[in-house]
Amino acid sequence: MDTETQFSDTIPQPGVVGQPLSRVDGWAKVTGQAKYSAEYNRLPGLSYALIVGSDVAKGRVTSIDAGAAQRQPGVLAIFTHQNLPKLAKSPNNPDDRRALASSGMSFFPLESDQVYYAGQPVAVVVADTLEHAQAAAALLRVSIAPEVPVSSYEAKNAELYVPKTIRGYAPGVTKRGEAQAAFASAPVQLTATYVHATTHHNPMEPGATTAHWEAPDRLTVYDTTQGVSETQKTLAAMLGLAQDQVRVITKYLGGGFGCKAWVWPHVVLAPLLAKAVGRPVKLVLTRPQQFTGMGLREEQTQTLKLGATREGKLLALVHEKTSTTSPWEDWAETNGRIINMLYACPTFEGTYRLAHANVMTPTSTRAPGDMPGSFAIECSMDDLAAQLNLDPIQLRLLNYAEVDPTTGHAWSSKSLKECYARGAELFGWNRRNPKAGQTREGHLLVGYGMATASYPVHGSQGTARVRLYADGHAVVQAGATDLGTGTYTINTQVAADALGLPMQNIRFELGDTNLPTTQWSGGSTAAGRVSSSVYLACQEVWQKLLKVAVIDKKSPLYGAKPEDVAVEKGRLQLKANPAKGEGYADIMQRASLSDVEGSALGKYGAGYEAPKATANANMNKKEDAAPHSMHAFGAHFCEVHVDPELGTVRVTRWVSVMSAGRILNPKTARSQVIGGSIFGIGAALMEQTVRDPHLARYTNATLADYHVCTNADIPNMTVDFIDEHDPYVNAMGVKGIGEISIVGVTAAVANAVYHATGKRVRSLPMTPARVLATLHEPA
Amino acid sequence: MQSDSLPAANTPQPADDSRRSFMKQAGGILGFALAVPLAGPAEALAARTQVAAGPGSVTLRLNGQPTTLTLEPRTTLLDALREHLDLTGTKKGCDHGQCGACTVHVDGRRTLACLTLAVAAQGKEITTIEGLATGSELHPMQAAFLKHDGFQCGYCTPGQIMSAVACVKEGHASTDDQCREWMSGNLCRCGAYPNILAAVREVASQSAKG
Repeated sequence: MDTETQFSDTIPQPGVVGQPLSRVDGWAKVTGQAKYSAEYNRLPGLSYALIVGSDVAKGRVTSIDAGAAQRQPGVLAIFTHQNLPKLAKSPNNPDDRRALASSGMSFFPLESDQVYYAGQPVAVVVADTLEHAQAAAALLRVSIAPEVPVSSYEAKNAELYVPKTIRGYAPGVTKRGEAQAAFASAPVQLTATYVHATTHHNPMEPGATTAHWEAPDRLTVYDTTQGVSETQKTLAAMLGLAQDQVRVITKYLGGGFGCKAWVWPHVVLAPLLAKAVGRPVKLVLTRPQQFTGMGLREEQTQTLKLGATREGKLLALVHEKTSTTSPWEDWAETNGRIINMLYACPTFEGTYRLAHANVMTPTSTRAPGDMPGSFAIECSMDDLAAQLNLDPIQLRLLNYAEVDPTTGHAWSSKSLKECYARGAELFGWNRRNPKAGQTREGHLLVGYGMATASYPVHGSQGTARVRLYADGHAVVQAGATDLGTGTYTINTQVAADALGLPMQNIRFELGDTNLPTTQWSGGSTAAGRVSSSVYLACQEVWQKLLKVAVIDKKSPLYGAKPEDVAVEKGRLQLKANPAKGEGYADIMQRASLSDVEGSALGKYGAGYEAPKATANANMNKKEDAAPHSMHAFGAHFCEVHVDPELGTVRVTRWVSVMSAGRILNPKTARSQVIGGSIFGIGAALMEQTVRDPHLARYTNATLADYHVCTNADIPNMTVDFIDEHDPYVNAMGVKGIGEISIVGVTAAVANAVYHATGKRVRSLPMTPARVLATLHEPA
Repeated sequence: MQSDSLPAANTPQPADDSRRSFMKQAGGILGFALAVPLAGPAEALAARTQVAAGPGSVTLRLNGQPTTLTLEPRTTLLDALREHLDLTGTKKGCDHGQCGACTVHVDGRRTLACLTLAVAAQGKEITTIEGLATGSELHPMQAAFLKHDGFQCGYCTPGQIMSAVACVKEGHASTDDQCREWMSGNLCRCGAYPNILAAVREVASQSAKG
């Protein structure tokens, strides 16, 4: 049967937390040994499923001719809405939908003849080989009577509405003070409209699910998911199983960026088909199906009214966002969140407008809401600085939020001023010409731009388990996933320090519902939550050992009070007399213990006393003082070269400085920050999925036509971190950095383009055509 | 702007089975077919052509070992590796030659396995990521990717490394800009490009010295 990958590498050093160590899973990844979800090929009788999607966006399936497909060799089954086995609970039933854990799974196809979006699965073919499945799928004839679709919120037949809530929790309208009145009376008024194209996550690994019924009541699923527990819970409900009967495994995930955070139709189809054909089934989305199978970042228009004093102090922010959602859900990214909290502005009003269209439901995409929201607020702040002849950083300092303006709460920690100062120094911001459109290098226009980044700490919790063996090795477990973010590595580091062991003696296991339950890796929560649970579980090991030692007459610690004992590099010793103490192995040996196990719940954003690596630290004590507002902060700095004849924009220099609590591993953290910045540069300059306005079908759903950044698009990048101690955010003092790294990026690029050209491009992506059109606009 | 990014006339080209090289081949075949007199060469061609359908025996030289398996003629080298031989180090990102995740070496040149039929790769030396290391000792490029964190999720990594090894060998990693250009056929959505560049340039400078 399939074996698990062995870890190795990484130089062990005392005090490994905070060291820029190479990934412990790196060896497996550079040798091709890392096993992803579509790579469990040795399952007995493994068969292959292929989805056939609708080529029209709206209509009804009128007939299905499966004859030729059925006659192909190796075909095991063909399913359509006429014969697909029924689900125990379906999201198409509103009562059931509420019971399902996964909000992405808000529609399930193949339950009726109705087609709601192009690419919607209308049939699935299962065959003994991939080639046979592909051949049969090509011969399947599904006739659909097309109707006129709604292609987006911009379509003539779109009906706009203000939802009661978006994403099921955020209000459709938010008011803080009288923003409209404050804007009307503000001495300085700016109104601007920003447009963001539809974009897709496009992780390099497409969505894939392999389902294996090991017994009628035991299902194992290898899935591309950011949350094995959430997938387990949703699958169990939809398939009518108890939760313990479903095991979900994700040892390696080839990128996620939000689209693998939810349970999409293919994830449910694979076990349904596997049951029907009585064999394990592998179902992998094709790249074009990735564009219609796992959500999207919705196209949107934002209008931001900004009122300020003549000195540049903000008085009012009025924000409206209009965007497209699916026929069955009120989904919009929460753009207003960052606009409301980023600066000390006394009033805010935010309104979301939606239109149902014939598209798949939008979903979370790296920093949902904060990423496009920051484009609006950070470009408008740049406009305000230019209008008032202020330096963009000076204007931001003038409006610096010393407390969270939305709640009045103090920040748990905030080092944004330091981020501005360090970033400006690394970038050489003082060389910036205060006037836009004045700097040239040859025939190219040169621009400097900057923007603020912020991302909230979303509360989450999860458990880890640590088993310390008397031989000095340990197994550490949490059912987390590693999207490439470094989860394997940072938790190995944390456990090594907390247990006083070299890293190669620690085996960290994740990505399996048989391991302790922890929430999904999303919303930048995993680093803080999982590392805290690992750290606290290690502390429980020490507490158990201490209890054994103090009643053992042969122990040097016999009779000691627990509060007088400290842990130092794998040794329990008296604080007052460190020479008096002993290692864990001695304690365990005398007590005939082969190992000691600890487990603990880690919380992200729940509040902790400052952690200390002692057995006596009062862990899990909730902060009793006034509540704190918790956010990571940072700043991006960008240099662009704009060709005024061709309209091309090249990013030529980049600096990001982030303050996000304790940085567990600067090497993997830096990679995340450059990765987020590059994702944002793509959105700024080239990424857009184009939906035909008449047919509501994507015209460029391939990686040749949907442009993500290549190596040649990216300059050298500089990343730095501000060392930050946050005693409230979690036991390890960690704030996530996966998403803050993209917030503000599009604005930093747009602000640099403005500085280069003196013209503002407010539509993303800033393609050469758009840049040229803006350059040629009359002043 | 990047004159060193363009291939010099005498440098070997990557056998990337791109549309360009396909068109060259197609053009060649078309030109051949239209050449007069038609009868002679066409008949000779037909005499040598076999109709291949259904599974047949295929022998591939894989990572130095001859490997025989039963494949249909339509099976790509990528699916043969991943689905038929369980050599899953070579990745499928797009199946259309657009992302580079399936890059392998065929006779030492970087080749997209998703655009190569397995039957057409017979008789050639195929190297995949699994064949790059010597025992437990990593190839210098693998070690450099590890050192410089030239990846995050790791899914594009085998293709990046196979491209990088060939890129250095082709002599296309002698400057940063040239290296960026010649590594741009391999997409990385996690955005590890600056780290990939650092890894490839380090190996290139070591091989230049060595």
